[in-house]
Amino acid sequence: MPTQALDNQHFEVAIIGAGMAGLAAGIRLALAGKNAIILERHNASGGLNSFYSQAGRKFDVGLHAMTNYVPKGTKGTPLTKLLRQLRIPYDALDLCPQNGSKVSFPGCDLGFNNDFSFFESEIARAFPKQIDGFRALAEEVRTLDAFNLGSMPISAREAVQRHISDPLLEDMIFCPVMYYGSAEEHDMDYGQFAIMFRSLFFEGFARPLDGVRVIIKLLQDKYRSLGGIRKMKCGIQKIHTSGSKASAIELDSGAIITADKIISTAGAVETARLCDDQPADAASDNIGQLSFTETITVFDQQPTDFGWDDTIIFFNTAERFRYARVDDKLIDPTSGVICFPNNYQYGDGRQLDEGFLRVTAMANHDKWCALNEDDYLAQKAYWYDELQKVTLGLLPKSKLDLNSHRIAKDMFTPRTVRKYTGHLNGAIYGAPNKIKDGRTHLDNLYLAGTDQGFLGIVGAMLSGISMANLHVLQGD
Amino acid sequence: MTEDQVKQIVIDIINEIAPDEDTSGIKSEVNLRDQMDLDSMDFLDIVMELRKQHNIEVPEEDYPQLASLDSCAAYLTPKFNA
Repeated sequence: MPTQALDNQHFEVAIIGAGMAGLAAGIRLALAGKNAIILERHNASGGLNSFYSQAGRKFDVGLHAMTNYVPKGTKGTPLTKLLRQLRIPYDALDLCPQNGSKVSFPGCDLGFNNDFSFFESEIARAFPKQIDGFRALAEEVRTLDAFNLGSMPISAREAVQRHISDPLLEDMIFCPVMYYGSAEEHDMDYGQFAIMFRSLFFEGFARPLDGVRVIIKLLQDKYRSLGGIRKMKCGIQKIHTSGSKASAIELDSGAIITADKIISTAGAVETARLCDDQPADAASDNIGQLSFTETITVFDQQPTDFGWDDTIIFFNTAERFRYARVDDKLIDPTSGVICFPNNYQYGDGRQLDEGFLRVTAMANHDKWCALNEDDYLAQKAYWYDELQKVTLGLLPKSKLDLNSHRIAKDMFTPRTVRKYTGHLNGAIYGAPNKIKDGRTHLDNLYLAGTDQGFLGIVGAMLSGISMANLHVLQGD
Repeated sequence: MTEDQVKQIVIDIINEIAPDEDTSGIKSEVNLRDQMDLDSMDFLDIVMELRKQHNIEVPEEDYPQLASLDSCAAYLTPKFNA
């Protein structure tokens, strides 16, 4: 159906964005027999978690590891709930657990894997005086109502400091939790911290052999099999309003469609600015400040051949860990995340054909976007080398000559993120203030996805599910 | 339609939305939530399937009527026979 053919069509629900949240919301609505449409600006689904091909090779973006991993049959966890809500069988995800990961700071490494007791033993080993406090923190996080903190501190830093007095351990706990989902600088909401802590440490990391496209394809196929309509290359120019309601959606092509309800996954500020009753600079106090870069290196050997056995390494080389907008440079190479997608337990002799090394670090969006094309390419080359230097300084020395085994490399910057996600500032984790009930200034326009406040791939899907349930299906 | 048939319809729906739950030994008089791993999102699906498969509407304020198989049967049977 060409975009023009959509002109004057009416839907019960229009969903903006075919990322994890939009697809999951679409599946819920299609299951209920709703006449829904998903509108996606790009030609590929997945949003923040997608993939691209270059010289015949597929690269994942976003997914290092799927958090929230639990073994098949584990009850009452986010992953189990979401699979049931989407009616997707567990085995279809092909989830393979991690080998083991670590947090690496100057003079101190803490290992962790999908068995929480190992992480606990690592902390007892490296921080014997802190272990009782850590256990108390873990117990509090396990039982906390993340959406109703009651008398607990809202600041996660404050809450954690009630239990942990060593700043090094505090930073080492915050580093992975922040890198895997905090839109806030320096600190986080304690509820968000608890959600992330559980998803990383109580649950764990896993990955399908073929990466994020397995998950995207599952969602797309499910949605399609239920008769759901999805329009790609279909950007939205404007949401027309009338009083307190969204009255119509104007597509980039100029076509107008109407919907009883709209679920937008475009972001809180981005969605507000689509509405014709809002100024162009609406909600400017809630724009995310954190953007990232990632280098990807491909080898003709497995990482373990170089002596690199970890799945993910969260690192910091500075005296204190700083999770904040990069001010004076294009990239802050002092902290980041190293990921080896090869190092999962794929089983049955299965492995990725080539070795992958991905390195993520914080980057300055404005500086990257201000570069002209020649400088942009030159800076990419420079910072690729810088990040490799930092990485190789942290990894065990390899006897193999890396240069002769490197067969490809690529890098994305905040400019790339902005282009493909539409997030202002290239802010991967979106707005710092999350809108937990998904409500907007309009009665029939709702938010889902990153800015609703569930984090990670599983969180994004749960967000789509819960917003579709709450605002469309309940009391229907 | 009898109450037993209505109970079977509810069990069939639970089997469909929660295929990993064992519904064979389910006790009619005990709350479904106390016997199985079902949450409010799952009850929404039971309501959704009643509408889709049987054109039975359950307004939100009546969700508590679906607590056990017995209460489901008492509440839904008149609707099936209406």
